Amino acid sequence: MSIRGVRLNIQDLSYRYSSRGEPTFTELNLQAAPGECLAIIGRSGCGKSTLLHIIAGLLKPAAGSIHLDDTRVEGPSPKWVMMFQAPHLFPWMKVSRNVGVGLKFAKWPEKEKNDRVAEALRLVELQDYADTNVQDLSGGQQQRVALARSLVMEPELLLLDEPFSALDAFTRSSLQRDVRSIAKRLGFNLIIVTHDIDEAVIMADRAVIMAGAPGKIKDEIEVALPDPRQREDAAVQGMRARLMDAFHKAAGKPPASEASAAA
Amino acid sequence: MGSRFAGLSYSASTFVAGLAILLGLWWFSTWALSLSPSTSQFASFGPGPAFKATWMMLENGHIQKAVWSSSYRLGAGLVIAIAVGVPIGILIGRSRRFRELSNSPFQLMRMISPLSWEPIAVIVFAGWDAAIIFLVAIAAVWPIMFATAAGLAKVDPSWFKVARNLGASPRQMVTEIIIPAIAFDVLTGIRLALGVAWMVLVPAEFLGVRSGLGYTIEDARESLEYDHLMAMLVVIGAMGYALDSACLTLIKRYSWHKQ
Repeated sequence: MSIRGVRLNIQDLSYRYSSRGEPTFTELNLQAAPGECLAIIGRSGCGKSTLLHIIAGLLKPAAGSIHLDDTRVEGPSPKWVMMFQAPHLFPWMKVSRNVGVGLKFAKWPEKEKNDRVAEALRLVELQDYADTNVQDLSGGQQQRVALARSLVMEPELLLLDEPFSALDAFTRSSLQRDVRSIAKRLGFNLIIVTHDIDEAVIMADRAVIMAGAPGKIKDEIEVALPDPRQREDAAVQGMRARLMDAFHKAAGKPPASEASAAA
Repeated sequence: MGSRFAGLSYSASTFVAGLAILLGLWWFSTWALSLSPSTSQFASFGPGPAFKATWMMLENGHIQKAVWSSSYRLGAGLVIAIAVGVPIGILIGRSRRFRELSNSPFQLMRMISPLSWEPIAVIVFAGWDAAIIFLVAIAAVWPIMFATAAGLAKVDPSWFKVARNLGASPRQMVTEIIIPAIAFDVLTGIRLALGVAWMVLVPAEFLGVRSGLGYTIEDARESLEYDHLMAMLVVIGAMGYALDSACLTLIKRYSWHKQ
């Protein structure tokens, strides 16, 4: 696969769900370097999921712009693909057809499509499940199929909307590690929206903390940790505590470390 | 493999046993009628004369002619019902406003017995054939329409979001997402419609036309050829069963619902 990352540039982005309603966020600015993995964390209602939908072109902003290199995002595209909380696989298609559906939409020749699907299935370690009914897969396997379905499009930017939150802890941990590893190996950008601080530490190069209504970016913290990242490592634990403090501070509460010291 | 063979063998044996019980009851009832001199003329309703008449009517082509005429009317009526019912069903499923507006008129019209349209159909259409096709269509359209709408209501809206995200065009959204997603429900609706249409077709052919299964039954009754009448009942039952089985096979083929 020949995937490359892109420079993301979000400028003065505003959004409101109804013309008379309160804005979800206003004049939001965010940049990312090619191949960078961003985690957007924040409490429910701060607009992080809405932001992801706008970046994916699934929602239209009220104002502002999003550029990936020189291309302005004005709608959905296979180059910026979103993975959702549930895999939303098409149950009438086998695994391989699900993975190749985007290529079918783009009218790829059958041979090239099959080769690309086989490669994507190898990447997510599901090469032996090509002819399996997706309803016979576990939740983690289904999410891997959804990942392969996104990767097969060779996206420059993969957007993840709490994609592992419905999975058990073991599967979640393994997918977090694998998705970051694939993103780093292939070089595409990753933006993950999550409530889970651990997920941000394991997956991101930078954590963006959103809070408030309308939502604002309150802090950005570099997650400069070596790979592979293990939850029990002291550096990972330290970063987790730092993000947790920033998270609480953004929400207008005393940092967790101070609260525990006071107790 | 072994268990599949055992399953098939069990299904075949229960199929044959069920038919044998029906045949036995049929034979017994007509045999009982033949014992009394006042009802002995009904002996030709029995399975023996009926199967003999079936063979004879197959040889002289009467059954084939009747089946062809009825199949044409049934097929044309069903095609019209599908062509009208599926798009309107999609509209009901997709548009809340249309669903709310159409609910009372459609529910009211659905409750009108299809055969009560016959006098109007005869006035409106030039020939009896067209009138019968209309009756079949008006009987079949409701189950297809409502099953399509119900199928669409069950479609996960996220499938549309995912498909858009992966670059589906509006046409691909219909062919690759909507049609496969609702195929099971549409086919189930067609199966129900077929049953209703089949029940409407035969009595609709009692009047006006000079061909078809209904006409052949009525003709046999008027000429007191009870064996011919029963032969046509056997044909109607067998054809209806075959059509229903074909629908069931299609439903199983296109069903993605996990058993």
